Amino acid sequence: MKNMDFDWKPVALVPLLALLVFPLIGSGSTWLTLTVAGLAMGLIIFVIASGLTLVFGLMDVLNFGHGLFIALGAFVATTVLGSMSDWTQSDELWRNMVAVLPAMLVAMLVAGAVGLAFERFIVKPVYGQHLKQILITMGGMIIGEELIKVVWGPQQIALPLPEAMRGVILIGDAAIEKYRIIAVIVGLLVFGALVWTLNKTKIGLLIRAGVQDREMVESLGYRIRRLFIGVFVMGSALAGLGGVMWGLYQQSVTPQMGAQVNVLIFIVIIIGGLGSTAGALIGALLVGLMANYTGYLAPKVALFSNIALMAGILLWRPQGVYPVANR
Amino acid sequence: MTTALLTLSGVHTHIGAYHILHGVDLVVPRGEVTLLLGRNGAGKSTTLRTIMGLWRASRGSLTFDGRDITALTTPEIAECNIAYVPENMGIFADLTVRENMLLAARGAASEKQMDQERLQWIFGLFPPVQKFWNHPAGKLSGGQKQMLAVARAIVEPRTLLIVDEPSKGLAPSIINNMIDAFAQLKKTGVTILLVEQNFSFAQKLGDTVAVMDHGVVVHSGSMQALSQDAGLQKSLLGLAI
Amino acid sequence: MLTRLLSNDLPRSRPLAILLLVLLLGLAFAPFLFPGVKALNVAAKVLIFIVLVASFDLLLGYTGIVSFAHTMFFGIGAYGIAIASTRMGPTWAALGVGLGSALVLSFLLALVIGLFSLRVRAIFFAMITLAVASAFLTLASQLSEFTGGEDGLTFKVPEILQPSYDFMDEPFLGVMLDGRLATYYLLFVLALVLLLTLLRIVNSPFGRVLQAIRENEFRAEAIGYRVVVYRTISSILSALFACMAGAMLALWLRYNGPDTSLSFEIMIDVLLIVVIGGMGTMYGAAIGATLFMIAQSYLQDLLRLGSEATVALPWLSALLSPQRWLLWLGVLFVLSVYYFPTGVVGKLRVRSARRQAERGG
Repeated sequence: MKNMDFDWKPVALVPLLALLVFPLIGSGSTWLTLTVAGLAMGLIIFVIASGLTLVFGLMDVLNFGHGLFIALGAFVATTVLGSMSDWTQSDELWRNMVAVLPAMLVAMLVAGAVGLAFERFIVKPVYGQHLKQILITMGGMIIGEELIKVVWGPQQIALPLPEAMRGVILIGDAAIEKYRIIAVIVGLLVFGALVWTLNKTKIGLLIRAGVQDREMVESLGYRIRRLFIGVFVMGSALAGLGGVMWGLYQQSVTPQMGAQVNVLIFIVIIIGGLGSTAGALIGALLVGLMANYTGYLAPKVALFSNIALMAGILLWRPQGVYPVANR
Repeated sequence: MTTALLTLSGVHTHIGAYHILHGVDLVVPRGEVTLLLGRNGAGKSTTLRTIMGLWRASRGSLTFDGRDITALTTPEIAECNIAYVPENMGIFADLTVRENMLLAARGAASEKQMDQERLQWIFGLFPPVQKFWNHPAGKLSGGQKQMLAVARAIVEPRTLLIVDEPSKGLAPSIINNMIDAFAQLKKTGVTILLVEQNFSFAQKLGDTVAVMDHGVVVHSGSMQALSQDAGLQKSLLGLAI
Repeated sequence: MLTRLLSNDLPRSRPLAILLLVLLLGLAFAPFLFPGVKALNVAAKVLIFIVLVASFDLLLGYTGIVSFAHTMFFGIGAYGIAIASTRMGPTWAALGVGLGSALVLSFLLALVIGLFSLRVRAIFFAMITLAVASAFLTLASQLSEFTGGEDGLTFKVPEILQPSYDFMDEPFLGVMLDGRLATYYLLFVLALVLLLTLLRIVNSPFGRVLQAIRENEFRAEAIGYRVVVYRTISSILSALFACMAGAMLALWLRYNGPDTSLSFEIMIDVLLIVVIGGMGTMYGAAIGATLFMIAQSYLQDLLRLGSEATVALPWLSALLSPQRWLLWLGVLFVLSVYYFPTGVVGKLRVRSARRQAERGG
């Protein structure tokens, strides 16, 4: 992003995939619809994955329970949007936004708050012990999921899109869902905000330095533990936001959605390289596109296609497309 | 009579099962350049890391400026105005030189808030820092990285500067640059603790010297005295200068 | 002789030895000691899970690898028996073909997964196995012609194992000697043999190298052991035993579906048992599986009582609902990882060692 010889190869993978698939799909309008859908899904996944990869890069902590915050955000949204039905049922977009924006904010706050507790009670006691981290964060997710069932009930809840966000926009022959465009915009905004924070603020500088050499940052006088808590909470909040977006994308939420999206997230950050935001974006876009293309071309192998993608990338670059320097 | 700025008393350090420091007694006088010498594996780097709190002393105590720092965490020790340059220099390769410097300037939230006068002085000591200001630090040569590492340590005024092997792998011309810089620093009143393998470098700089072997300090005294005693040099350092 | 049977891996703790003996006798005579269908079901599940968890312990406790693909091999074994019996009818040949092909498939998959760990780090490996296991679960649900899809496959077993087959017309000591009993004892013998085999494996030179690798991979490689080879062999062995456990499950239930053998919940159960029982002990699998199965079956009844008793406080009643069993499991799991990292077996052994030290000195 700043230096002369930026590694463009991974970035090129995204348009490459889109182009390769074009002849298989045939129709230009279908391709456009699928591509936008893939980008939208990919950006939602990026929003969720970005926090997880930074947390790992910074503190070597792998949160197998990240999915919990996704589900939490989605369920909170059902409550908020459910109580604002006169705003969501209006067909004026700005009125819908008055409902959706608070839903997103509340979801982020709740997910962030739970993230704070999660870090303190589940993660902190097992710093540096990877095996225990895996086990305990999984346990934390199970406990969280069950608590969601206690509060909201164990069954699926519908999360219908507000009126003005439904429907399609026609570009030539291609029908592009309005919501997907909104998701792309929100996703890009989040990406932009992350990139700006990481590159233009001192905190961002600390995070980028901490990912490379935690000890040195401490030797320079910074309490990296506080930084870590902040990144963890932000990551959880972003996952909550992603959960809202995902719930609206699927138009329903279930308590297991966290565990389901978890697998996708892991594939994404493995492809991207643990600790790399840019890598997470590339990985997310690839996964989103792949899911939509195979969903159309060969639905039965959708999940396998992502694993094949992951395997392929790892054979090319075993540490992910943008490995983070010193580990 | 110079006072002691940093004192180590009977410091033991264990790394896992390995007992590295066996009771280090070290006094670093205020305002002077102290050299910590010794063979490979004597425990010099471990001593520095223990001072910085990167490794916790299992026994003994460390006092800095009258304050007990034995149990403090690394950031807290750094906040006592101690700057540390590790053996591997600790340069953030993916960040630019400018970003490396900004990071070290705790009081500045952005480049504009950095002390510009001080920066100019640093540029004078280490010209490559200015030359490669917007380049990724990873692209610098070994000598340039070393200069950046020291520049970073002094970007704000510090009381104690701890440097692990500043001359390692440096070309002679750059070594002279380094010696000059340390001399100028010393004039500003900074106390300096250096670990060195290169005795001629050490000789030109040091006021006080401490020699370590097998995890303890086996000799301490003035650099002048050690310089004039070839026999002592040979027995302590295996050198014949 | 007993020492040789246990491959020199003695309980090393009087309370543990007694517990194991009680367990052995309890399982051996379960049909006679605990009458009723439910009790026998619990006992059979204990046997199956002992094998499943012990095979997981080989991988986690002895080799130090976290793999979430374990239930995949469990499922392969179960589906092997199910599919073969469905297609070839209830014959011993079908069982043989089913088990054989399941073992071959497990071997190949484990080989690929094991070799893949060459290129990636432990954390990556854990995540990848999670992804692969999820994909396999989806696959099983989707290949409905082959696997019966979401509904699974119900099938018949060879005649002498069928519940309707009676060996004797009169009950013996109050229990009908029927095919069900025969199946149970088949499982019992299998579980005993497999567990003892695992003990032999972990106490062999191979097993010692595994533990060396777990402790310090770098040093093991430096001494000259090809770490990847050992890890791959360990993951293959672990998969084969899990596959056998799956076959045992299918045989007992005469049914298999995605939820019976491939679900994530089973993976969690296995993790919980191995942690509570004690990682790296093998006996931990036995003790843990027993405690767990008993608790799972009977604790839900307890929760139901609690839930009904606290109806006045709806939030408390909801927390104690028997369907929220997994919540308390999760809490127990987290607490175990913190406070019982060595599990029940570890704690018992430490206590005995301390007592011995005090006595002997």
